[in-house]
Amino acid sequence: MKINFADERPIFIQVAEGIEDGILVGAYPEGEQVPSTTEISVTYKINPATALKGVTRLAEEGILYKQRGLGMFVSQGAVERVRQKRKAAFSEQYISRLTREAKRLNLTLGEIVELIERSYNREKD
Amino acid sequence: MKKIELTNVSKSYGHVEAVKNVSLTFEQHKIYGLLGRNGAGKSTLLNMITSRVFPDSGEITVDGDHAIENDYAMGKIHLMSENNYYPESMRIRDALRLAGALYPDFCMKTANSLAESWGLDTKKKMKELSTGMNTMFKASVALASGAPYIFLDEPVLGLDAVHRDLFYKLVVAQFEKHPACYVLSTHLIEEAAGIIEDVIIINAGEILVNEPTEQLLSQGYTVTGPEAVVNTFIAGRSCIGHDQLGGMKSAYLLEPLDGSQVPDGLQTTKLNLQQLFVQLTKREGGNGHDLA
Repeated sequence: MKINFADERPIFIQVAEGIEDGILVGAYPEGEQVPSTTEISVTYKINPATALKGVTRLAEEGILYKQRGLGMFVSQGAVERVRQKRKAAFSEQYISRLTREAKRLNLTLGEIVELIERSYNREKD
Repeated sequence: MKKIELTNVSKSYGHVEAVKNVSLTFEQHKIYGLLGRNGAGKSTLLNMITSRVFPDSGEITVDGDHAIENDYAMGKIHLMSENNYYPESMRIRDALRLAGALYPDFCMKTANSLAESWGLDTKKKMKELSTGMNTMFKASVALASGAPYIFLDEPVLGLDAVHRDLFYKLVVAQFEKHPACYVLSTHLIEEAAGIIEDVIIINAGEILVNEPTEQLLSQGYTVTGPEAVVNTFIAGRSCIGHDQLGGMKSAYLLEPLDGSQVPDGLQTTKLNLQQLFVQLTKREGGNGHDLA
């Protein structure tokens, strides 16, 4: 997880996304406990209320669940849920920013597609 | 009733109105940031809350009790300030013992473990302490004081980057163990921004801002682009400052942003707490505009 204070997004969103990243890459497996709000807030020097807000958000979305007296755990099916959520946000977060900048540079649609194809093929593990 | 409440508090020194009609509340289980430029009235405010100076008018209460000359109320407040009142020849470990005798809820175990975190040699005498070590000692006393209201005035003075980092972590960790009211007064705004839940900005003796940090930050942003486009966009909006470099202009706005209203050719970026503070408290002239 990484908290960037210069980021456009509020810190509690970054906390939530940081945990989601951990779930996606398997650092926080389904059924396992995630770091406590105290650990998160001390590590990143953020207010515990902010950390709690981020964690609560994921609980409301069913990505985490609370075990009384123990802490927060990763729900079964959380990986798929995070993936669906990220896909839904993908267009706004990446594609529209990409096309905006591409238009500013007078890149044609064909050129954009070609660049994406080249990058996609290179990234193919 | 568990709160410190200031109602219409004013204080003048001769012709200088240091604090003008200030009303504020400090609640339990919250970390506040009290920000202001040099001479803005921060220290006067803290000195009034801790009964070191008395207000000319207005009222200060601690958990409902009048604060002035009230030892019981003052026992609930710890102020870490620039001064070190311990005898020069006293060793740190003896000073910690003395603090334990002075503050009813002082936790010696916490104090010792904090001193250890800093790497403080508790055999050292007060007069042998550098500015940084002095800060570490005072911060240890403050965080271990067990007081329900802990005021930290310039709490990172003389600390290097690693120790400042440690300080913020210790504050958060201690806040989780002892969820009191913490008030941080600092010039190093951006470093502390993450741990501050509510931000209070005082300027020329008056309260300029008093709201949750997150809410304030969600309203501050910069728009940058060709001067004419920027001018059209900011017309009728709450603009708190601007910079210009040739034909490119940056305007600083303080109001919620609806991204869909931003025309092509303008770039928006978020303002951080320090940038907001600078724009809100800089005086006209003397702000560096003519330096280039």
